[in-house]
Amino acid sequence: MHAGIIFLLVIVGSVLFHIFTPWYWTDIASNWKGMDDTITLTFWVGGGVFVAVCLFMIYCVFRYQHKEDRRAEYKPEDKKLEKILTWATTLGVAALLAPGLIIWNQYVNVPKNAIEVDVMAWQWGWQYRLPGKDGKLGTTQVRNIADNNPFGINPDDPFGKDDIMVESDIINLENNRPVKILLRSVDVLHNWYVPQFRAKMDAVPGTVTFYWFEPNKVGEYEVLCAEYCGVGHYAMRGGVEVQDKADYEAWLGEQETFEQLSARYEKLNVDGNKLAKK
Amino acid sequence: MSDEYDNNKSYQAQSSEVMDGSTGSVNPDIDYVRPSEVGEQELYHPHSFIEKWVFCQDAKVIGVQYFLTAVFTGVVGLILSWLMRLQLGFPELAGFMTAEHYYQFVTMHGMIMVVYFLTALFLGGFGNYLIPLMVGARDMVFPYVNMLSFWMFFVAVAVLMASFFVPGGPTGAGWTLYPPQTILEGTPGAGMGILLMLISLSLFVIGFTMGGLNYMITILQARTRGMTLMRMPLTVWGIFTATVLAMLAFPALLVSAIMMTLDKVLQTSFFMPTILKAGEVLEYGGGSPILFQHLFWFFGHPEVYIVALPAFGIVSDLISVHARKNIFGYRMMVWAIVGIGALSFFVWAHHMYVSGMNPWFGFFFATTTLIIAVPTAMKVYNWILTLWRGNIRINVVMLWCLGFIVTFVNGGITGIFLGNVSVDVPLSDTYFVIAHFHMVMGIAPLMVIMGAVYHWFPLVAGKMLDEGLGKWHFWITFLGAYSIYFPMHYLGFIGVPRRYFEMYDSPYMTSAVGMNEFISIAAFIVGAAQFILIFNIIKTLKTGKKAEQNPWKANSLEWYTSTVPPEHGNFGDRLPVVHRWPYDFSVPGAKEDYIPQTTAPSEVIHTEVEKT
Repeated sequence: MHAGIIFLLVIVGSVLFHIFTPWYWTDIASNWKGMDDTITLTFWVGGGVFVAVCLFMIYCVFRYQHKEDRRAEYKPEDKKLEKILTWATTLGVAALLAPGLIIWNQYVNVPKNAIEVDVMAWQWGWQYRLPGKDGKLGTTQVRNIADNNPFGINPDDPFGKDDIMVESDIINLENNRPVKILLRSVDVLHNWYVPQFRAKMDAVPGTVTFYWFEPNKVGEYEVLCAEYCGVGHYAMRGGVEVQDKADYEAWLGEQETFEQLSARYEKLNVDGNKLAKK
Repeated sequence: MSDEYDNNKSYQAQSSEVMDGSTGSVNPDIDYVRPSEVGEQELYHPHSFIEKWVFCQDAKVIGVQYFLTAVFTGVVGLILSWLMRLQLGFPELAGFMTAEHYYQFVTMHGMIMVVYFLTALFLGGFGNYLIPLMVGARDMVFPYVNMLSFWMFFVAVAVLMASFFVPGGPTGAGWTLYPPQTILEGTPGAGMGILLMLISLSLFVIGFTMGGLNYMITILQARTRGMTLMRMPLTVWGIFTATVLAMLAFPALLVSAIMMTLDKVLQTSFFMPTILKAGEVLEYGGGSPILFQHLFWFFGHPEVYIVALPAFGIVSDLISVHARKNIFGYRMMVWAIVGIGALSFFVWAHHMYVSGMNPWFGFFFATTTLIIAVPTAMKVYNWILTLWRGNIRINVVMLWCLGFIVTFVNGGITGIFLGNVSVDVPLSDTYFVIAHFHMVMGIAPLMVIMGAVYHWFPLVAGKMLDEGLGKWHFWITFLGAYSIYFPMHYLGFIGVPRRYFEMYDSPYMTSAVGMNEFISIAAFIVGAAQFILIFNIIKTLKTGKKAEQNPWKANSLEWYTSTVPPEHGNFGDRLPVVHRWPYDFSVPGAKEDYIPQTTAPSEVIHTEVEKT
């Protein structure tokens, strides 16, 4: 009998833990509330199944404990019951899958008005680039990367000249404006992840990946690397500052374009200064 | 044992055999079993100590060898997990541990537990011991290859352990070994460590292929008379399907290991794109890191079921025997095992939703992944419906089974979160994932292993393990493991990423410190509790109660050997003839509450047997 009681306490304890837990979602600060809602739905359905299965098991442990003079029921199959259970499970699973796929469809279709942010990852840090007045990012190549060209922008590409280079591991974003994060890496896998935004995607060397979100809460956030990238993985942090339109534009005005950056380096070279490599 | 077998003679012998066994007054037709189509297997009996205990060809000894070697690696993996938990819970006490060490421990813990512990234990250990006994064979069909299989595994383990002692230490690339970091500076053990890992994995696959051929062909070709496929115990079905999966999945691991070795040694670029490191462009170009992930998970996801399916099979048998009730919906259980096995090859990229692969894959793999939940759920229903209206012995074996149901359902449900593509986005690469897979493919299969050890120990050693110690072992392990992994899901909700040596003071993670300390303490206790089992085994071997034959009153053939423990050749002079499935428990009208598989219908003519 003790066994059933302990199992029952485990199930009751699990439910109570879920209700009273001080550990739960970090407050959301983006448009992906749908992900949280699907998790909540899955929690109700899945949690319900978990509790129901375990309680049924515990009931059996109490009710059908071994007695020498009793025989178990002999019934190898019950086609009808098996059919009902199969269909009920299929329906439940479909009900969970549907919202998941709907939100995934939103996740992979970036809104037209999204501003592109080029995030470049390396062991172990982050750099950012924004399109300039032409609204287009210049093409890049890893082999072009140098002190005077930290993103490896192709010098012949006219779209690259006015790209805005952010000389910081903190990027500013405009509140309530969708952002398309373009992810690149020069060495190994990384993942630009802000828990409050919910979204994430790996940065893969050799290709450009993307995801999008719309920040909706002004404030400062910490960026974490979410894909193991070697011994400095845990220390690979960055930052995001979400600002109102006016503040954001003021910040944007202070940033240097690729053209200005190149000119500055040329001047430095003329002055004969040598810069340490990154 | 090596008599020439004559088909005609055997048919006559069989009908007279039936007359001997029955009351003599019934129609022999109902006891008819098709004669054997092949002769008896010729066995090579050992001539020396070395042939009997070291280079042995008896599957039972090979099974025990596999078991002990796997348990050794498991203890190493356990100690590594203690060191990790020390760093995470009490970093001030782990001053000796650098980030390099931590990542090496994480990697070796993962690889050891998944491949060298669980896979080897279920297939090499239980598979070798139980398959020939349960299908009524004298041994595996290729005993010599079977012996080589174990020794190849042994060398693989030796190479793996050697990597702890080479310059730079073992690889710290994470058990998934994702390139490019795996073979680049900046990852611990990117020199000798990773090479030894890749060599060890390749040896493991070669050794496993030798064993796997044995398991498959023995089950398909060497079953005794009357042992139809639909009369096999679910343990055999689970191990069989898992072996088929392994034979199809491990080659993907082998080729990715070979390609990565070439990338490392010869600077080929299978997985390596143009890379800039410390200001230098490396001599790689054009390769695809995502290709490796596809290959790895094409192996890696079936691998989950290579561990899970034998556990499903074994737990079905344990529940049925100890609930004194037939397994509910046997045919559904068999088709669920086969169906899950087949589906497991179409879900691999659910590990890669945020890997940067084409995002449209997400729709396909989320759908296939959630479809697999249906046969899995059916298995769970059938386990609890087997308990329903049973006559349940609440002994140590049953406790492990109940613990399995709780942890497996828990971990299975969190799988629905992670399989459902957009829900995976916030949770992937967090502690939610760690909690999920430890619950579902760490703790749940471990519960089954423990149950199986208590269940079959009397057969292997001829003595009964101590129930009292067993209960302590179970409750500490179950409650401890549950309190490690249940709260850990909530760290994932906060957003705590996995594979972090330390968190510093990220504002939303300070609240996790208390939980991390609690989890670490629980982990130390659960780990230590496993030594209760080792103590129990030593104590039992020295002073334990002698086991009677078939102490659990089970029906399957392994309990009907000529001696306990079974000798080489298993069944004495004559192989058993099977007349029914192994789940005839509590049949109305029968004298006892069980009817062994070898009982002829004419002996139990007045019972209401439904399924044979």
